[in-house]
Amino acid sequence: MLRWILGGREAQGSVEKSSVLCIGEDQPKNWFTELQVLKGHFDIVRFLVQIDDFRCASAGDDGLVLIWNIETGERLQELRGHSQQITAITTFTCNTGHTSHTLLITASSDRSLSLWDPDTGNRVQTISDLQSSVKCLLVLERLCMWVSGGEELCVWSKDFQLQCHRQNHSDTGISALIELPKNCIAAAMDKEIVIYRVTVSTDSSVSVAEIQCLSNHHDQIRALINVTDGLFASGSHAGELILWDSIDWSIQSYEHILWEESQSSAQAEIRLGAPKPSEMSIQHLSTNGKLILAAVGSGLYVYSVLTKTVVAYRKVAHDSNVLHTMLLSDNKLISCSEDGSVRMWEIQDLPLPAEPASSGFFGMWTFGRSNKQTGPPSKKVMDVPNIRMLELTGDLIGHSGAVQMFLSFKEKGLVTCSTDHLLILWKDGERQSQLRSLALFQKLEENGGL
Amino acid sequence: MIGSPDVVAFTRDDDFSQANPELWLLPEEFSIPLHPLADSNPWAKTSYAKFTKDFILISEFSEQVGPQPLLTIPDDPRVCGTFDLNYFSLRIMSVDYQASFVGHPPGSGYPRLSFVEDSRVVLGDSKEGAFAYVHHLTLYDLEARGFVRPFCMAYVSADERKIMLQFQELSLRFSQASECLKAGNRRAFAKELQRKLRDLEYTHSVLQREEGLQREAGPQCVYSAHAVEKANELANVEKSIYEHRDLLKQLSSYHRQPRRDPHAAACHRCVAECLSQCEELLEQYAKLPARPSGPSGPSGPAGPGPEEEEGVKRRPSYTPQLIKAKSAKCFDKRLKTLKELCDETFYEATVELLKETERSFRGDLCYLHTRRLDRALRRTLRLTDFLFEEDLNAEDETGTLRAFCAVSHTADNHTLLNAPPIVLGPEPAELDALDPSSEASHTQESELGPGGSQLESSPSDQTLETQESSEETKGSFSSDKSGPGHAEKPESEACIKSEPPDSDLTPDPDHNTDLERESSSEDMETTAGEDDNGDQTPVSLLEVVSELEAAGDEVPSDLLVPLDTACCMAQDGFLYEASPREVLPRLGSSSHPRVVNQEPQALLPVQDAYAVGSPGSARAAGLELPVGPLGDAGSGASAEDGSDGTMSASTGSDRAASPVGYGAVATQRQRKKAAQGALRFVRQYPFAVQALWCLLSGRTLVVLGADEGRVRRLVAALALFVPAPGKCGERIQAWLSCPFTLTDLQRWKLIGLQRVASPVGSSMLHSLSRYSRYIAILDADQRSLRCPSYRGHVLSNVADHRTCIRRGSTYFLHLQSTLCRLAARAFLLTFTHHLHLPVSCAEGPAAVEGRRRCFLQEQLGLGEEDGRVLLYLSQLITQRYLQPPGGGSAAPPTFTFNYTTSVFYKI
Repeated sequence: MLRWILGGREAQGSVEKSSVLCIGEDQPKNWFTELQVLKGHFDIVRFLVQIDDFRCASAGDDGLVLIWNIETGERLQELRGHSQQITAITTFTCNTGHTSHTLLITASSDRSLSLWDPDTGNRVQTISDLQSSVKCLLVLERLCMWVSGGEELCVWSKDFQLQCHRQNHSDTGISALIELPKNCIAAAMDKEIVIYRVTVSTDSSVSVAEIQCLSNHHDQIRALINVTDGLFASGSHAGELILWDSIDWSIQSYEHILWEESQSSAQAEIRLGAPKPSEMSIQHLSTNGKLILAAVGSGLYVYSVLTKTVVAYRKVAHDSNVLHTMLLSDNKLISCSEDGSVRMWEIQDLPLPAEPASSGFFGMWTFGRSNKQTGPPSKKVMDVPNIRMLELTGDLIGHSGAVQMFLSFKEKGLVTCSTDHLLILWKDGERQSQLRSLALFQKLEENGGL
Repeated sequence: MIGSPDVVAFTRDDDFSQANPELWLLPEEFSIPLHPLADSNPWAKTSYAKFTKDFILISEFSEQVGPQPLLTIPDDPRVCGTFDLNYFSLRIMSVDYQASFVGHPPGSGYPRLSFVEDSRVVLGDSKEGAFAYVHHLTLYDLEARGFVRPFCMAYVSADERKIMLQFQELSLRFSQASECLKAGNRRAFAKELQRKLRDLEYTHSVLQREEGLQREAGPQCVYSAHAVEKANELANVEKSIYEHRDLLKQLSSYHRQPRRDPHAAACHRCVAECLSQCEELLEQYAKLPARPSGPSGPSGPAGPGPEEEEGVKRRPSYTPQLIKAKSAKCFDKRLKTLKELCDETFYEATVELLKETERSFRGDLCYLHTRRLDRALRRTLRLTDFLFEEDLNAEDETGTLRAFCAVSHTADNHTLLNAPPIVLGPEPAELDALDPSSEASHTQESELGPGGSQLESSPSDQTLETQESSEETKGSFSSDKSGPGHAEKPESEACIKSEPPDSDLTPDPDHNTDLERESSSEDMETTAGEDDNGDQTPVSLLEVVSELEAAGDEVPSDLLVPLDTACCMAQDGFLYEASPREVLPRLGSSSHPRVVNQEPQALLPVQDAYAVGSPGSARAAGLELPVGPLGDAGSGASAEDGSDGTMSASTGSDRAASPVGYGAVATQRQRKKAAQGALRFVRQYPFAVQALWCLLSGRTLVVLGADEGRVRRLVAALALFVPAPGKCGERIQAWLSCPFTLTDLQRWKLIGLQRVASPVGSSMLHSLSRYSRYIAILDADQRSLRCPSYRGHVLSNVADHRTCIRRGSTYFLHLQSTLCRLAARAFLLTFTHHLHLPVSCAEGPAAVEGRRRCFLQEQLGLGEEDGRVLLYLSQLITQRYLQPPGGGSAAPPTFTFNYTTSVFYKI
């Protein structure tokens, strides 16, 4: 937090000098005009998981999992049990007959795994004394199994029985897991993506076999997501974005995102000035099937899956690293960052398609004095003719620490969690006011008048 | 009693009797009389009063020294000045309407505890310039003549009118105090009786033993003189035991007495406790002490006897002589002080009550009147008055009296008694009609009959009654009657309550009450026959009432009436018939057949002579009663702020149990002072209106400055504009010296922030700029303001820097009227359905939005910014209305804001 304050002050200074990304206080498109501060955690809140359409769970370094009603802001349950920080959390829906019941699986640094019932707050199952802590969780709904990844890969049945496990040889362990067709799993391990196949034999014993190892990335893989049924994407610390075929694991597209540093650097992939690695590290990837949104350093990068081209980008979208992003629709996206803000963007067509690059750049950098500190903007990338503009439509300021993650409940609101131990529930003030009015007149009717 | 003071005639006065048709006319007090009365000097009345302000005097008619003052409230010699309390006590005590019955009436065997209703009378001493509401009461004292000690509490004022017009409330409050005293007194009396009975039993056992020894020693058929004497002595003791037991029984049946006093609602729990205590005692002493050879069947097991004796023997102070001789009537003995007569806790609670009464009646009549009108109005505005008014609860006790129980029982019987409204002139009928709480209150309704208040219609029979009851008085005003022209409820209630014995003899209620007045000494005694009836009837009318009242406000008050009257009638009937025949068989069965074989017929005549005694000591004892540290008015204001119902409920100490509502006055004063500051702010800063608008539209205003005093003053001034500041101003932070966070913004609407030149300061500035979209920043040092611009006109008349208003209090009133107007409009907006919700399913939110805007702009004539103020107020009202009654909900508070550009203003 101190770091943020100090860093933030620098950032603040630059923002005050140049309103590059300072949208100002007049934000007509920002409909989050009401907030509720949800207190309960006493350490960094890192994870948010949606349980159903009105509940979410938050977890963080204090080992607590809290269940919230996002309609009222009430804390519904407090799941205590982990003694150390929570490293992964996921929902687990078990279909019993026609009713489906959502449970929560959590993994913690105390090398235990727990299954929780968010309705009652009970710990249904727990496994402790794991050999290593679990870093990621993946639920295979089709197989009614789930997979935990860390230094070893374990497959569990839905009643928490270990089906099989596989030791890894890499010392970094599995950092991300996704499910692929044909009972395959892709696991990101350092610079490689390893494809495993889960086989359920006739005597219902489960085995996991390593099929292939994809080592095309040159740096540590930071993000791994499914894009469509046939595509998945991975992003590395060095700014490489690779689209893979889900069936035969071939590279569909390779994009090396490089923020051009200066006029000279625009020509090739020669980096000048040796930018900090994090400036182009792909922190997070999100997709809606058509577009992939990559959080690259403190910038945003929108990549079209269909055309395999960059649609829009913004090098400095935040004052600090972007931690989480989301595509709301084809042209709306949200990002949150270490600078404590959440920003909402709109992908807009350039006002003058005739000269897209220059006007776009002027549109973007009209007040771009801060950019002059690093160097004048390059037009090189603008050679792509159909590039569009990423326009800031609003920002949410409330957290005093890095915003770790957010979760959208559509029109019901947005939950953000942060290193300042708080969650903030952002809502549409108009809608809330109408709901309150509704409640008021209901109560009035119950009371039979004033 | 010829020399008694001139009892103020309460005659039919025009401005009381006629319902003023012109409601809009100025009340009488506010208009200037066209023809000045004979005493043209308006100050004449008070000019010759020898005391500086009103006070409460407690006096006693001591059987030793005659009338003597015991205590004044406030207990400050300056208050009374040169006013002769002794003389005044003599006067007020000499018009004691309570027939202090002594001894026993013919036809009944035992001395009776006289059951005397309190009497209320207004007395004046025109020579002294003193007028007084006098409340007479009697307390029981086993050692006193006729077991009663007459006391009175008087509210002394130089303003006769004030007393007359406040009569109802004075009566209510003093009744409460009196009930409190009497409840404590009954307890103490029961304890005393217990002690006495123990002594008597011990004496009895000793005598029995002696007698037995003698009987065995002497020949069977011959009684020596000594033996006879012993037997007589024994008989006397036994008779005495019977008597005392009977007293105890009477005491326990006290609560079943039909009470005429409409205010005499005692604490339910106290009553129950005392009752159980009495019954337990009765149980214990129901039989004569065990005689080992005694054939007395019903006396049953001798279990408690020996134990008691053991207990008695161990007591060193025990002396049988105490009982034998009629030493209780000795002249030279020291009479109990008031504090001893009542339980100490009860006594102190009473003093607290009286202090509070004194406080609430401070000020002159107009002041009281306007304050009460204001409060009555505000009670009808419960939904919005949290916005800008100071908290009513702090002074709630003055408006709504709790059925006060002295000893921390307030929590479970929280009967609210609405004080009768001050009757000054034509009270606007709407006020009471609108008041939801007034309907629930039985007490108020009984006094506020639909036809008008008692005061207006009662004089005729009041005078009649008092003429008959005491010739000397030229007329008095007594509240425990209601006139014949009343609405049926109060009438029936009062009549039935007051007519128990003669109901068949005198059907006319008026006569009845008169007769009853004359013969109250006989009629109003406790009768012993109630034990039989106890099962059939509820314990007493008042308990029923208080139960019903406590049960909840939903109980329609009409339901109370038939219930009351029915049970009352039943009870009364039984009481009257059953009393004589019930006593005999039971006592006969338990009496000792050999020594006392017939009912004792009479007691010795009571020696009623006044002893010279030592008045000095008695008085000193009375006056040294502790008076709380908060007895003085102004000093206690801050300390008393917090002591409201919750506190008194939680603690057992009677100190905390006292309802003190003086804090509100101080708050008012503070607010007026703050208004002066606000006026200064408005005059100094041309952009004041913007700052006020920010506060009113819910944008947090941060007052930044290096000088703490200056910032605090500004914050105090601006706090007037914070809507819903909370009971203790929770939404205002006068001085903050650390960086604030979002939760602070959510919590506080007005923040005084310290400007410091240090790293802390820079981080503070950073938080200011970071949250600048949610706040307005008023820089007190640089005289600048950064906030959204305001172009409305609603606030321009309270923030006109060329205003002609010079005085803070004037500005305060001006401001309040504007804010009231806003609150009223916000109320309208909040509770108009179609402004928030679609009227048909086809309508979208946009249509509703448009309608709301149209309403604000065209019907209320408010622009965008003014509309925002209203919307914010409306939101507050909505949230408040939706709040669960328990208070806080689990959901965190919401913080609403909007994204608008701020403008920088500088002088």
